[in-house]
Amino acid sequence: MANVISNEYLGQDMHLLKIEGSFKGEMGQFYMVRAWENYPVLSRPISIHNIEEESITFLYRVVGEGTEILSNLKTSDDVKLEGPYGNGFPKVTGKVALVGGGMGVAPLYLAAKKLKQMESVEKLDVYMGFRDEAILTEEYEEYADELFININGKVTDDLDVDKYDYIFTCGPEVMMESVVNMAKGSNTKVYVSIEKRMACGVGACLVCTCKTQSGNKKTCKDGPVFLGEDVYYA
Amino acid sequence: MPNLKVKIASAEFKNPIVMASGTFGFGREYGEIYDIEKLGGISTKGLTIKKRDGNNGIRIWETPSGIMNSVGLENPGIEGFIKNELENLKKLDVTTIVNVGGATLQEYVDAVNLISKEDVDMIELNISCPNVKAGGMAFGIKEESARNIVRVIRNITSLPLVVKLSPNAEDIVRIAQVCEEEGADGVSLVNTFKAMAIDINNRKNVFENTYAGLSGPAIKPIALRMVHEVSKNVSIPVMGMGGITTWKDAIEFIMAGATCIQIGTANFMNPSAGIEILEGIKSYMDKEGIKDLSEIRGII
Ligand SMILES: Cc1cc2nc3c(=O)[nH]c(=O)nc-3n(C[C@H](O)[C@H](O)[C@H](O)COP(=O)(O)OP(=O)(O)OC[C@H]3O[C@@H](n4cnc5c(N)ncnc54)[C@H](O)[C@@H]3O)c2cc1C
Ligand SMILES: Cc1cc2nc3c(=O)[nH]c(=O)nc-3n(C[C@H](O)[C@H](O)[C@H](O)COP(=O)(O)O)c2cc1C
Ligand code: FES
Repeated sequence: MANVISNEYLGQDMHLLKIEGSFKGEMGQFYMVRAWENYPVLSRPISIHNIEEESITFLYRVVGEGTEILSNLKTSDDVKLEGPYGNGFPKVTGKVALVGGGMGVAPLYLAAKKLKQMESVEKLDVYMGFRDEAILTEEYEEYADELFININGKVTDDLDVDKYDYIFTCGPEVMMESVVNMAKGSNTKVYVSIEKRMACGVGACLVCTCKTQSGNKKTCKDGPVFLGEDVYYA
Repeated sequence: MPNLKVKIASAEFKNPIVMASGTFGFGREYGEIYDIEKLGGISTKGLTIKKRDGNNGIRIWETPSGIMNSVGLENPGIEGFIKNELENLKKLDVTTIVNVGGATLQEYVDAVNLISKEDVDMIELNISCPNVKAGGMAFGIKEESARNIVRVIRNITSLPLVVKLSPNAEDIVRIAQVCEEEGADGVSLVNTFKAMAIDINNRKNVFENTYAGLSGPAIKPIALRMVHEVSKNVSIPVMGMGGITTWKDAIEFIMAGATCIQIGTANFMNPSAGIEILEGIKSYMDKEGIKDLSEIRGII
């Protein structure tokens, strides 16, 4: 059990939930989040947005029952966190772009922060696409060499893949697939963060299978981050 | 200290808490999270003679107080299991149950022949999986087909044999009796209930297979009733399951007649559910002055 520090509404059904405690986690990993007893049955997988010495933060959008309960949490309410789970983004060198669409921007904040600390990273650009209005631009700007915001269009329109050695992307599958396709034939390596429905979150139940060129993978354990070209998109 | 040991044929369990097939992998993953050696037993993911990739499309869907799954017996095959998982599982101080499935009688036979050469504690014959197109549950619906498969399998293995029953059976009590008549050492029940969900926005079935298996707290009262009915009508041990989430649920199943209880969906609600249920049972026994679970088993 951990306690809520704050649960800030950012507009457009998006919230920033900050929880007290010293938590572990790498960029691209997630926690199974639960703020209720037995119902709903399953915990919800949510990416780590940020980790500080005494807190962990999740950025989420209300889409259904579970996230609705999260949105009603108040300071000092209890939350159960299991994790960190999964295989996050790799540590890389050279020029890196982070490309997020909608709630897909959530894990890219920790990624930006961690990559910025790495001397091997020469350039770090962040691309974010939103439907109506951008959020948290100042926060991402702190770590990005350049920040590109796209509203109600295609975030990939702004992207020149050849400028980068690595691209980390998270968001709608069609968007990630198009980044992967843009990078085909180039030297740019694309890593995607896949979302699948989960039950156990630890690799024991096989409900989160992601089809890849090397066979079935567990999104929760082998992923959620995969090499983009390996994944068969839905 | 209350005595929690139970026995089914030659298989000994240090306590009656068993992790249900398909919800606990081969023990590796939860083993990274807590001390799973405190558990009584682990039933593996359902294994088939050939490796299976499982079903396409959505595999899990929530419903009030339950979940529906359509994994479709994805598994590495018996050989893959023996090669990559068995060693690790055997090292653990828990009773190892190998859950075996198949599409045809021959597949069951081949799988059981292969696994019977290994040092495992028990076979759980899964004739109740609702998520495969051929075989699986079909063997567990009618009395004659259940009798046939249990007879054949009993003849080829000397390992303790528990048959896992489907709540979708025409008459689950009859099927359990048939298992006993054919020499099974026990029965386990229930597997998931055949269920369904429709995505009204897309006007489509949620699951590619149309039907899926319902588990979790939603099925507990029916599962409990079935465990009770079966326990009253067979003399072999019963492993009871279906929605067990708390130690109180577990005690209910034991009072209904279960020798062991299995925990499935509750692992997803709380990874250490098994340990918490075990601790709960112990303090209940202490408080009530119960020395051995046999004092309350089947009292209803
Ligand atoms: C690895 C991973 C990281 C994620 N990180 C974030 C994040 O940082 N911020 C964020 O807002 N969302 C994130 N999601 C999506 C988030 O898990 C879902 O939005 C959430 O589970 C919806 O729950 P609900 O009860 O509100 O919706 P409901 O639709 O009521 O949920 C019903 C069931 O479907 C599942 N489900 C529904 N949508 C999704 C989805 N997109 N992905 C997986 N399961 C889903 C739920 O977990 C639940 O079991 C992530 C998903 C994954 C797999
Ligand atoms: C994701 C999932 C996978 C399962 N896979 C198997 C399986 O491979 N073999 C089997 O006999 N039962 C399987 N089951 C059924 C469970 O072992 C158990 O019988 C059922 O879920 C009821 O118990 P519960 O309500 O505690 O989950 C599976 C259940 C779930 C939820
Ligand atoms: S959620 Fe259980 S294996 Fe991934």
